[in-house]
Amino acid sequence: MRIRRSTLFLIVYLILLMLPIYWMLNMSLRTNADILRNFTLIPTDLTLENYRKIFTDPSWYSGYINSILYVSINTAISLSVALPAAYAFSRYRFLGDKHMFFWLLTNRMAPPAVFLLPFFQLYSTFGLIDTHIAVALAHCLFNVPLAVWILEGFMSGVPREIDEMAYIDGYSFPRFFGTVFLPLIRSGIGVTAFFCFMFSWVELLLARTLTTTDAKPIAATMTRTVSATGLDWGLLAAAGVLTIVPGALVIYFVRNYMAKGFALGRV
Amino acid sequence: MNKWEDNRAWLLVVPVFVIVAFSAIIPLMTVVNYSVQDIFGPGNRVFVGTEWFGEVLHDSRLHDALIRQLIFSGLVLLIEIPLGIAIALAMPARGWGVPVSLVLLALPLLIPWNVIGTIWIIFTRPDIGLMGVTINTLGLDFDHTASPFDAWVTVMLMEVWHWTPLVVLLAYAGLRAIPDAFFQAARIDGASAWSIFRYIQLPKMRGVLIIALLLRFMDSFLIYAEPFVLTGGGPGNATTFLSIYLVKLAVGQFDLGPAAAFSLIYFLIILLLCFVFYQALQNVGTGDKR
Repeated sequence: MRIRRSTLFLIVYLILLMLPIYWMLNMSLRTNADILRNFTLIPTDLTLENYRKIFTDPSWYSGYINSILYVSINTAISLSVALPAAYAFSRYRFLGDKHMFFWLLTNRMAPPAVFLLPFFQLYSTFGLIDTHIAVALAHCLFNVPLAVWILEGFMSGVPREIDEMAYIDGYSFPRFFGTVFLPLIRSGIGVTAFFCFMFSWVELLLARTLTTTDAKPIAATMTRTVSATGLDWGLLAAAGVLTIVPGALVIYFVRNYMAKGFALGRV
Repeated sequence: MNKWEDNRAWLLVVPVFVIVAFSAIIPLMTVVNYSVQDIFGPGNRVFVGTEWFGEVLHDSRLHDALIRQLIFSGLVLLIEIPLGIAIALAMPARGWGVPVSLVLLALPLLIPWNVIGTIWIIFTRPDIGLMGVTINTLGLDFDHTASPFDAWVTVMLMEVWHWTPLVVLLAYAGLRAIPDAFFQAARIDGASAWSIFRYIQLPKMRGVLIIALLLRFMDSFLIYAEPFVLTGGGPGNATTFLSIYLVKLAVGQFDLGPAAAFSLIYFLIILLLCFVFYQALQNVGTGDKR
């Protein structure tokens, strides 16, 4: 009896959770005129016109390409610098290690709005404005600390004897790290990549400030179109639905490790 | 845990340090630099000392925004943490329901923040949105563009909808890490569901709940895009939270000096509150542990 009631609660919650997303999907499959005229729970007159427009208009689909590009660059940078650092934090005691760890976390607490103007100036100086690399570097601000934090949890779960054995067997550090250690924390790397992807994908304020045209993220393209064409709800909803797709794909691949990622992490 | 003592480990941390320095320390120093100058144009700056800090600290609109922000973050934590724990407890431990609910839960987290705002604009439209129409059909007078109270309700609903899944994911991860032996022992003792929760599940979830609380606190304190898109900070200033006010000041009015001073104060408030939370939570519930 108790189990049935809790399952019911979960199902009701999940349905409520899906309602706004369903509504967007519903609108994305209708024409703008239909949306404004009729209110239907289940649309009958379906059209893929909105999606066709996004996939054929470069000003729309380039937004997706830009977003995917800088998110990928950011995930690659975050992982490659966080891996050795997380190893150091999980295996060694060194001068100022605890302070360094807390300091890394404080960077996640800085309001991105604080960094808007300085970032703009800094990247202008280096001529990086409106490039994918600029956004990718800016997003390192919150992704690198997160990556170090999650990876450190996974690495601490690997017994230290494995390292000792490898060194006795004559492995050098880079060879041990690449061929023995990394395969052991594969799932941790997957989860970290997912979280880096997620936080970089959803961030808008920095991404919009650092780009004008060539690296403009899809989320910014959406806001611009809202003001320019007088609210084409159908098109907007279709673009919104498409922003969920890449994340949903990534989550499908790491679904089994996702929960584990935080359970093993530490503050 | 005993670790190797070796200061050469710093070499492994250097890449992180360099990249975070580039994206955190240099910009932060620039902010400090702005905060003590009056900037009329490039090459035309006057050192003003702590004048901006004084001005910002006496700005009544900032006080209002800060109070609003504190109430908002407090409500967010009060609603999302218990709700998240309740849902995590209701989730199945194994079977096909697990991946399905995990993927569904994660969907709202993967939507760009301003798209969230856009979804909710559509969703709450009284003429064409599902929620707006439902509320109208029920005969309630609800308009988030005119009534401050309705705007708050809408922003809170959006925030709870968007971020509770993160708390659920964390709490669920913590629950799954509890060995079955604990529950078997409790069953033998004939423990009630409440005492299982109170004496086994809650203490075991402590670690992840601290993370959840800190993450939710930080992110709700920094909230910008969602309410900005949905309400634009209005009606009036009813939903102008700290970040929205800061961006208005820095970009809208181009008052770099006060905006920079504001930023630093903002950062310090978050840092201080997180530190207090962290220290307080470290001590809660450690007494009955081991």
